[in-house]
Amino acid sequence: MVNKNDIWNYLAEVADPEIPVLSVLDLGVIRAIEITEDGVLVTITPTYSGCPAMKRIEDDIIEKLQEKGIKNVKVNLVLSPAWTTDWISEEGRNKLREYGIAPPENEPDKSVLFADPVVVPCPKCGSRNTRMISQFGSTACKAHYQCNDCLEPYDYFKCLK
Amino acid sequence: MDKALFEYVLRLGDDSLILGHRLSEWCGHGPVLEEDIALTNIALDLIGQTNLLLDYAAKLENKGKTADDLAFLRFDKEYKNVLLVEQPNGDFGMTIMRQFLFDAYRVPLFSSLLKSKDETLAGIAEKSLKEAKYHLKHSSEWVIRLGDGTEESHRRIQDSLDSLWRYSSELFYADEIDAELIDRGVAPSQDDLRSEWQKTVNSVLLEATLTTPSNNWKFEGGRKGLHSEHLGYILAELQYMQRAYPNMEW
Repeated sequence: MVNKNDIWNYLAEVADPEIPVLSVLDLGVIRAIEITEDGVLVTITPTYSGCPAMKRIEDDIIEKLQEKGIKNVKVNLVLSPAWTTDWISEEGRNKLREYGIAPPENEPDKSVLFADPVVVPCPKCGSRNTRMISQFGSTACKAHYQCNDCLEPYDYFKCLK
Repeated sequence: MDKALFEYVLRLGDDSLILGHRLSEWCGHGPVLEEDIALTNIALDLIGQTNLLLDYAAKLENKGKTADDLAFLRFDKEYKNVLLVEQPNGDFGMTIMRQFLFDAYRVPLFSSLLKSKDETLAGIAEKSLKEAKYHLKHSSEWVIRLGDGTEESHRRIQDSLDSLWRYSSELFYADEIDAELIDRGVAPSQDDLRSEWQKTVNSVLLEATLTTPSNNWKFEGGRKGLHSEHLGYILAELQYMQRAYPNMEW
């Protein structure tokens, strides 16, 4: 019989389909694991409500656990509490940086209207002399930045609180 | 069936659906690549919210339908979105102004719904609020940039404001459905939302050096299913696949 720890370990092998260096654990979308009488119930929460990767993540979780011999896997989606980038693990942040994506900065979201200019260090050279190109990027969760020193254009995993 | 709640959720869901569809029309046509991506990202958030809202509406209706059935298989008079969101994209300024007027309403709406006695609605609001705030930052910054920009950008965004203003009051349309839900602690008062909206709009228009239109014409009807001619064309495109090939999936 599997225990919860095994399941957490198995889920560490499920990668985010858009940012494959991150596991679903690093991303912080796994909210609970429950061993039921006839199987396992995994509770997840979406990053963005329209993120097309969520369905894929759900399928990948089921596939991975079945591959590990657990027949009856159910995935349940909850909206509250809503996902925040604070739930991305420290390890996840390091992996993002190594992959060339700037991890979310702990920016205080005081303003409703105007974004405070946030310093997002370049993941390539570490310079803090960078600028935002666009508030939106290649996926719902990213914005687009460029380094003024080494000129590297890069994705920023934008802060969502 | 909880008729009032069903109708209310449908209204919010249809606002998201129709505006999400409108924004998706920009895909591949944005004035610059970054804004092409921004508008389609916002469209994606709105379609995600639509999915949550219409899924809930379908459950409330309890006729075995899905969110897709509601999105693709209703007739025009069964859509309850405000007229503002179905207005054509026009130029980039028109799209941004439409978005700004809408975002400035959505942020206080979702903030208030966090306290709704209906837990599902509160959960959807919690998720959507974070996205709506980000959208408002984007649209208000553009209103300011265009308004306080060149002579031409100022003239064009002012024209957009002048033509869309008549649709803004419908955002705060209130009837017996709202009255019942306010009573039950499910929905916020439209008057409170309007005063929050007014504050945001005033401060942004001031900074954008734009003039608030003085006419008080009101164009309403969407909440009761009476739409402008534009909705029919949107639905023709939106529903084509499901109408031509019923039940198809991909």
